[in-house]
Amino acid sequence: MSSETIEAPAANQQQSLTDKVLDQYEAKVYKNRKRHMVTVDHALETPQEIAANVKTVPGMLTHRGCCFAGCKGVVLGPIKDTLTIVHGPIGCSFYTWGTRRHKAIPGDDGLNLVPYTFSTDMRESDIVFGGEKKLMKAIEEGIELFHPNAVFICSTCPVGLIGDDINAVAERAEKKFGVKCVSFSCEGYKGVSQSAGHHIASNQIIRHVIGENDTPPAAQYSVNVLGEYNIGGDGWETERLLHRCGIEVISVMTGDGAVADMQRAHMANLNLVQCHRSINYVAEMMKTQYGIDWLKVNFVGIKSTTKSLRAIATYFDDPALTSRIESVIADEMETIQSDLDYYRSRLTGKTAALYVGGSRSHHYQLLLHDLGVRTVLAGYEFAHRDDYEGRQVIDSIKVDADSKNIETLHVEPIKGKYHVRFSADQLEDLKGSVNGLEYYEGMMKEMDNGSLVVDDLNHFETEAFVELLHPDIFFSGIKDKFVLQKSGIKSRQLHSYDYQGPYAGFRGAINFAHDLDMEFSSPIWDMVTPPWQSKPLLNGTFTNDVNFAEGGDK
Amino acid sequence: MRQVAIYGKGGIGKSTTTQNLTGALATHLGKNIMLIGCDPKADSTRMLLHGLAQKTVLDTLREDGDEIELDSILKEGFAGIRCVESGGPEPGVGCAGRGIITSINMLEQMGAYTEDLDYVFYDVLGDVVCGGFAMPIREGKAQEIYVVASGELMALYAANNICKGVQKYAQSGGVRLGGVICNSRKVDGERELIEAFAKQLGSQMIYFVPRDNIVQHAEINKQVVTEFAPESDQAAAYRGLAEAVDNNDMFVIPKPLEQDQLEDLMMEHGFLGI
Repeated sequence: MSSETIEAPAANQQQSLTDKVLDQYEAKVYKNRKRHMVTVDHALETPQEIAANVKTVPGMLTHRGCCFAGCKGVVLGPIKDTLTIVHGPIGCSFYTWGTRRHKAIPGDDGLNLVPYTFSTDMRESDIVFGGEKKLMKAIEEGIELFHPNAVFICSTCPVGLIGDDINAVAERAEKKFGVKCVSFSCEGYKGVSQSAGHHIASNQIIRHVIGENDTPPAAQYSVNVLGEYNIGGDGWETERLLHRCGIEVISVMTGDGAVADMQRAHMANLNLVQCHRSINYVAEMMKTQYGIDWLKVNFVGIKSTTKSLRAIATYFDDPALTSRIESVIADEMETIQSDLDYYRSRLTGKTAALYVGGSRSHHYQLLLHDLGVRTVLAGYEFAHRDDYEGRQVIDSIKVDADSKNIETLHVEPIKGKYHVRFSADQLEDLKGSVNGLEYYEGMMKEMDNGSLVVDDLNHFETEAFVELLHPDIFFSGIKDKFVLQKSGIKSRQLHSYDYQGPYAGFRGAINFAHDLDMEFSSPIWDMVTPPWQSKPLLNGTFTNDVNFAEGGDK
Repeated sequence: MRQVAIYGKGGIGKSTTTQNLTGALATHLGKNIMLIGCDPKADSTRMLLHGLAQKTVLDTLREDGDEIELDSILKEGFAGIRCVESGGPEPGVGCAGRGIITSINMLEQMGAYTEDLDYVFYDVLGDVVCGGFAMPIREGKAQEIYVVASGELMALYAANNICKGVQKYAQSGGVRLGGVICNSRKVDGERELIEAFAKQLGSQMIYFVPRDNIVQHAEINKQVVTEFAPESDQAAAYRGLAEAVDNNDMFVIPKPLEQDQLEDLMMEHGFLGI
């Protein structure tokens, strides 16, 4: 990211910063954590490497979630026409209920089950005697009451331990009730973070959902939007833009998504990948099975959105489409320009730190840059090395036992459904002119020299880096937001957008700028008198009489 | 109250030995005993109760609302021995280990462990396969362990594995190995082999139970030998076992053998004469 207005500190100064944090660890932890920290330096001859997607050191107070969270919470949660049953004790269901702000409205069939949560509520006797019968009953009840288009079953840890065969239950239920039933063995203990759950969810979506309905698209150009979870309405804003450009959106995976739409996802011309980390599996497998090319897009940020729309235009290479896209860009820009100038003038020069999941830490840096805010620290909770360094490193990633444990599907082209738009040679040529065509360059390439990248940042490091870097604002999640605010740093949640959004597209960027300006301008923090300023926090009494006049000895 | 757990390889004769031992302890030495079967098959008290009879502890878990009565799961069998079956899931479903944990906790809650008991015996399924099956030796539930073995390699292998479990819990709790009970299979050099094995563990062969068909006859008649043929040599052998257990004062933290050591021992005692 080049910038005239923003000065970045030299790389060697920042090096000592990571050392200052690492020095407080004992030798073994020091060695482990050091590999997860990089001070960006583009002048180096060999590209910088970062450790990612490996086990967290126990006791680190990591912000990571579990495999179940990745599968049920992230990928399946936003699908509105399915009954997603959590097979397990009630907590796993209750605490993943409505926490991610993936919005949904009923589709044409009137279905929207997103506001609900469904659980088999396993009890001790279900653990001892097995919970399969209870699960079957839950499916039956759910189908009777809600008439979903599909039933998804998500395993929790105890189910994996006692070995309830959810695959067999799903098969039996599908036969018995004539409703699609898919099982997801996403027990929380699998893998090293929620990333394993994304993979498991993707596998089953490929196996059981996509490719079932061959209804062709109505428009000339059609796409799927992958890895867009409609947090705060982002997906709706993205769809609005694409529709304006005359592009049909067949399915969104999975924000405000529906199995009914996903079943015909293979009829689209192109897959747009928003969150590379969580769903690149689907994009790649669809390429193999159906021949659909995929394009890494980013609809967060003004320049990014423009770039993504233009990449779509270049890919389809139709003057009519290109001119329509250009006029949409011009129109949207015109609408927001004065707001953008205003907010940019208020925000320029601020610094930010970002610690989010597996894509947002990258995407939001670009939006912040649009607004004149410089990123000093960025990290991912559960990303893999390719999300930091670019997809070219994928082949060199050492697959450890934790990842080998997660099934990798081997798919083949599906006869009669495999269509290519470009020959292999044509596609290679096109990759030269379409940025992001079957490629993701990762986060680090676009970061300033001297900025810090920290993988799997923990509570201690958050506090330590805040003290050293003094960012004006820290974008993170619910787990650290309040710790940061108590230490006097502005903080906004980028997982859930607090209560706001959408932040995607041109208008979303202005929403974001508005919220950011509000955060900085709000007088609320000056109105609060912290308790330590008005009264002592510690009380004590002397256990013996002390004679201060005689030097304090008894 | 002495709490005793009996472990051993599947099919080695744990249930047979335990019931005959408790039968002899009750009739010969007049002890008050509770026997808890920790096997989902719920057949650990069959001979004392003259057949599979009572409801298991875990069956009561599945009854909603009803007040659970101790009487419905605790039945008096031969010689006043109180018999309980923990029960558990059908083969291949659920978690039998968790069932044992749940069931012992429930028994405690229901007040089954009364002051007048001299002995509580736990007859535990097979090898120590997971945390649940180690429940009787965790948290000081059982203080003494006897391992039933014979002179076959797999029996010794299982016995050795069980000792690893005992060793683990001995360090955190008070559980100790009381000895190895040899339930003879008439294998060559069996007595010497078990004696040597027990010695290497740092323990003892507490008793050598000879093989006699009368045990099977008694079993078919749903009786322990002490009841079926009190005058027989085998009944006398079980009385001997009862005395040995009652008088036992050798309780150790076992030192499990390495696989090589175990095989060397077999070579030395089991097959050397062949």
